[in-house]
Amino acid sequence: MTDSTESENEKMDTTIKPSSLGDVASSVTRRAPGTMAMGRGLEARGIHAWFGKNHVLSDITLDFAAGTVTALIGPSGCGKSTFIRTMNRMHEFIPGTAMAGEVLLDGRDVYAQGVDVTKIRLQIGMVFQKPNPFPSMTIGQNVLSGLKLAQLKVANKDDLMEECLERAGLWNEVKDRLNAHGGSLSGGQQQRLCIARALAVRPQVLLMDEPCSALDPGSTLRIEETIRHLSDSMTIIIVTHNMQQAARVSDYTAFFLSDNGPGQMIECAPTSEIFSRPRDKRTENYVTGRFG
Amino acid sequence: MSQTFVEPSAPAPADAVPRDLTTKPRFSDRVFRGVVTTGGLSSLAILGLITIFLGYRGFEVLRQEGFNFITSSTWAITTDDAGNVVESHFGLAAMLVGTILCSIIAVVIAVPISVFTALFLNFYAPVWLKKILVSVIDMMAAFPSILFGIWGFLVLMPSAEYWGKLLNHYLGFIPIFHVPASYFTRSPFIAGIVLAIMIIPIITSVSREVFSQTPLDRIQAAYALGATRWGMIQAVVIPYGRGGVVGGAMLGLGRAMGETVAVYTVLNIVYQVNWHVLFGAGGNIASLIILKFGDASPYEIKALMAAGLILFLLTLMVNAGADLIVKRFGGNKR
Repeated sequence: MTDSTESENEKMDTTIKPSSLGDVASSVTRRAPGTMAMGRGLEARGIHAWFGKNHVLSDITLDFAAGTVTALIGPSGCGKSTFIRTMNRMHEFIPGTAMAGEVLLDGRDVYAQGVDVTKIRLQIGMVFQKPNPFPSMTIGQNVLSGLKLAQLKVANKDDLMEECLERAGLWNEVKDRLNAHGGSLSGGQQQRLCIARALAVRPQVLLMDEPCSALDPGSTLRIEETIRHLSDSMTIIIVTHNMQQAARVSDYTAFFLSDNGPGQMIECAPTSEIFSRPRDKRTENYVTGRFG
Repeated sequence: MSQTFVEPSAPAPADAVPRDLTTKPRFSDRVFRGVVTTGGLSSLAILGLITIFLGYRGFEVLRQEGFNFITSSTWAITTDDAGNVVESHFGLAAMLVGTILCSIIAVVIAVPISVFTALFLNFYAPVWLKKILVSVIDMMAAFPSILFGIWGFLVLMPSAEYWGKLLNHYLGFIPIFHVPASYFTRSPFIAGIVLAIMIIPIITSVSREVFSQTPLDRIQAAYALGATRWGMIQAVVIPYGRGGVVGGAMLGLGRAMGETVAVYTVLNIVYQVNWHVLFGAGGNIASLIILKFGDASPYEIKALMAAGLILFLLTLMVNAGADLIVKRFGGNKR
């Protein structure tokens, strides 16, 4: 990210305060898609993570500039998912876990004392590996469920619903059956519904944990298109096992590896470099398919 | 490769007939099948025999009283010195209404307590407390009902009487909270509270079980959207567990209807239909049977058997209703 855009974002910061944790409700009604202030992005500083006594992540420092897509690649069990779950504080949801380090959203530590974790999760949204719409709700209710859960008010729900479904690339397929249940959609549609649901609360950052691993190639393609559109207005971090996917959607790629110890970040670079001339031999072995 | 391949384009013979697939079970499997079949059918057989017995013994009374048996409230029998029946009137209306009333009160009180207990145990309680509470609640289910009855009579009654007066004072304008005379002791309300305590364990453990099966990915989805714990419970856990809670409530209702001793201890049995839950007059089929059984003449025993049959059918209907409701609530939307 260049200096000029950074200062631009700073300017927007002062006018509509996207970084203020308590201001989500009002910013929902004011922002239009594409004009959203993205802030300074997300910075991870020296992240460690443990499951009980098991040290699974060691000293990860990574910057995610606003408006970029970063892919996290690496063999199974190297801590990629754990890493993104520390970003929005979903890691601590599992009993017995611990973490160290700092996660800075617009320069503020999301783990700081007194930070409301529910507000953090509004600003850092998440899409899971398996599509998980709420089956007791209709498609429309699913999209707006985040607003209800976080008790946010929005001026025009129908417009927001349409906008989010549009951005998730699902609107044309479901506009005539918004009152059908979420479970009646196909797997790929359900995952796009989950993306629409995550968008409705206007996150600055979207974490995607292998969002396409349960989907067919056609649905995968649709979701990759969606990711590219979304990167205009938000910071995206995507965990993927599919290296072609990383190459297609991401601006930066970070390679994670655990050598029988805690997972480490081997290198992070612009995606084209990772796949053409990686600095580390292990990265090269992985991206060329020699292991993993 | 030595295998020969069949041309995939070769058309199937026109006279293709599906083959009969048979498997001959092994001896050990046949033995085991016999054992489990016997076990499975024996409960059905026992239940059937009881029904036939009740119907057989009660048939004479049912035929004589006809429909009056469930619509009238008189329970009287006159015998001459030789023990022959001179005149008899048997009617269960007051007992039937009382049974339903007490059980409904019990369920109304027990369901919220049980659901909140189950939610607390699953989502709020620390592990050590959860372990203790679960075993205490299980113990409550095994607690002898006569002790609940005595406790209800000696300890609960004075307080509950006061609660009844309060309810009557502030909500007396609602017909069921009205009392015809200022007599609050041994009311259906108090019996309902005792029954509620007795059915809390079963409703709690059924609810806890279904709540704990809530899919983790849905719980995470709600949290990832910025939900508070309570918000997550409302959006995910309760819709998922609703059918199970209804099923548990119905199980509790069935238990409450059949409960005998505890109700007998705390309820004032009166042969008159009473809808005023705070008024000290109620009825209960099971308690009637135990009340009359000791010194009943042979003919009256037949009447009591008929009453038992009615109670049996009532609980059967409740359970069938529960099944229906669970299927409706719990179906595909889970």
